[in-house]
Amino acid sequence: MPTRGFIGRRPPADVADRLPPGQHRTDDFPVLSLGPTPIVNLDTWKFEITNGPRPLATWTWAEFDALPRTSLRKDIHCVTKWSKFDTDWEGVLIDDLFAIAGITAPTAFLLAKSYDGYDTNIPVADVTGGKGMIATRYAGAPLEAEHGGPARLLVPHLYFWKSAKWVKALRFIARDEGGFWELRGYHMYGDPWREQRYTGDP
Amino acid sequence: MTATPALAWQAAVIERIEQRTARVKSFFLRASIARHEAGQHVDVRLTAPDGYAAQRSYSIASKPGDAAIELALERLEDGEVSTFLHDVAIVGDTIDVRGPIGGHFIWRAELGGPLLLLAGGSGIAPLMSILRARAASSRDTEALLVYSARSWDDMIFRDELMEMERADPRFALVITTTRDLPRRPHDLGARLDAEALRSILRSWGKSPEHVYVCGATAFVEVVTRALITDGMAAERVRTERYGGAATRGSDG
Repeated sequence: MPTRGFIGRRPPADVADRLPPGQHRTDDFPVLSLGPTPIVNLDTWKFEITNGPRPLATWTWAEFDALPRTSLRKDIHCVTKWSKFDTDWEGVLIDDLFAIAGITAPTAFLLAKSYDGYDTNIPVADVTGGKGMIATRYAGAPLEAEHGGPARLLVPHLYFWKSAKWVKALRFIARDEGGFWELRGYHMYGDPWREQRYTGDP
Repeated sequence: MTATPALAWQAAVIERIEQRTARVKSFFLRASIARHEAGQHVDVRLTAPDGYAAQRSYSIASKPGDAAIELALERLEDGEVSTFLHDVAIVGDTIDVRGPIGGHFIWRAELGGPLLLLAGGSGIAPLMSILRARAASSRDTEALLVYSARSWDDMIFRDELMEMERADPRFALVITTTRDLPRRPHDLGARLDAEALRSILRSWGKSPEHVYVCGATAFVEVVTRALITDGMAAERVRTERYGGAATRGSDG
């Protein structure tokens, strides 16, 4: 039902076309995290891919930083309603990590795990095929700690809570299991274009 | 996966509007949403006659179980939703809400304390819900609120908080004003930095079990970094940040 007296401020058509339902555009880069920004030391940083608890590949920062990087320019959408257009990321595609480590996905689901204890689930199909990366640079500079540096998962076509900050591991899991927010009322998949914000959304 | 019913949009009637500060009004909504937990938020949706809709997330300031849910909203000059609610909406109007939402930034009486609450500006809203829930509970949870506001008159809930402090020896309130003089001996007329926070905690003398921080990103970063540097376990610290034009608490 219309809200009495509400006209609203429609964005121009070229902006509106890029906004998923219920989102509005911001030029800022808001920060949303469940707790304090962790201090991640590059000397002890490592990133690993595991099958359940079993390690498949591990990189130190020096090794990871030497991997071939890819640039992605994407719109990002936060479940708290803001969207930011044309964000510039640089990092290592998950496709490349799998190829370099000789990994064939043993299951269809991943759990991304972070240095602050956060985790989130993503189907393997949503981070492969050029769709996801471990990002280490934003707008041409090393990724700031507030935004997940030194490295975060980037899965821009899903709500941004899926793009785990301060990522330390990708774990193949046999079944799709919810992570931190998914166990606290947020949607298991999180497609902004279908407005899958909360548990039970279509 | 278990089938969980969707959080449906509900019509909420604006029952009362109260001017809290020059820029903040409280909207009291009557809606048939589930009982919330202290610290949670709701989504608000406004719909134009042609179907265009705008949504925002706002923290709930009232305590769980109150007949109406209170949203304390700052009027942002360029805010599509906050300017409408401040300038156009009147008592008796209906807006859509869904919720309650959020399963992390919450406090229940059985979690106990001591509780350290750090609020920056309109970040007080979810912390107010926690303080009201605490005041209504029968347990004697120790609590300290450090509330950073621009000025004495920009403090939302100022009189209620001061009354709470007067009536409750287990609740301490420290007000820090960034552009105003301190009004009471233990208040501070400066930005809350690591040194000031350290000194405030020393005077309080308790060791916080649960910490809730809500405010602008810069505020949250400064105070949480100070706590962690001084040895606070990160798991005890829950945060909600808003940065710039768009997030809960002080949203457009």
